[in-house]
Amino acid sequence: MNLSDNEFSATRRLILKGAGVVALIGAGIIPFDITKALAAANDKYPEDAFKQKSDAEAIKLLYGKTAEPSDKVKMDAPEIAENGAVVPISVTTTLADVSSIAFLVSENPNALIAQYKIPAGTVPSVANRIKMAKTSNVIVLVEAGGKLYSATKEVKVTVGGCGG
Amino acid sequence: MASTIRVRATSNGDITEVQALIQHPMDSGFVKDAKGEIIPPHFIQQLTFEYDGKNVFLADWGGGISKDPYIKFAFKGGKKGDDLKISWLDNKGATDTTTAKIQ
Repeated sequence: MNLSDNEFSATRRLILKGAGVVALIGAGIIPFDITKALAAANDKYPEDAFKQKSDAEAIKLLYGKTAEPSDKVKMDAPEIAENGAVVPISVTTTLADVSSIAFLVSENPNALIAQYKIPAGTVPSVANRIKMAKTSNVIVLVEAGGKLYSATKEVKVTVGGCGG
Repeated sequence: MASTIRVRATSNGDITEVQALIQHPMDSGFVKDAKGEIIPPHFIQQLTFEYDGKNVFLADWGGGISKDPYIKFAFKGGKKGDDLKISWLDNKGATDTTTAKIQ
């Protein structure tokens, strides 16, 4: 009895809280960009895209469109990676209105490595370290102004980073 | 327990540059151990950086990120002495959070 009472009041609180937030947004007390940030935080992890073997399938699931190559997407990757377990790769772009950046390795067991959300005010430039099973094309995608741009570079791997 | 997250955030007055190093095995689920058995997947899936109540950077990661991940990015604004909050969540539901002062 006690438990169900607690559950009831917890649910009730939650509903009231939700109603309160909506009311505050309606009244313009919470600025719109904060609600946008909250929505971004609740973005679901794109599990299916990360499970795809092919880069094309992963891109399709992630963005639902194809990328066009752009020289405004600048990738910094080594020509030869001695150790496929740690390949430092960075990207920067002069494109405006960037909303996300993604890294893919075509020949890896799962092509998609990472996707980064770039909120307004964050510099569209990311450096990270990735694993490469073998010599492969590395694809960087930049979503800007609702369009998708890419840069591709082959990285030769002498010792693979995915074991097996 | 000591935090798994090490962060350095430095402001030049205009832009705050953030570098983070996280201790995590980042097992992809494709690697076999010495006995030839698959090491089950264990990797960070989501990483967030929050400043002044807003997310300034979000990462969705797969098992293709290297062990003990490193990340570098920058955002406009950010004052010296202010807090930057960093959190991660892995595929087993484990999580860690830390707060760093912008220098």
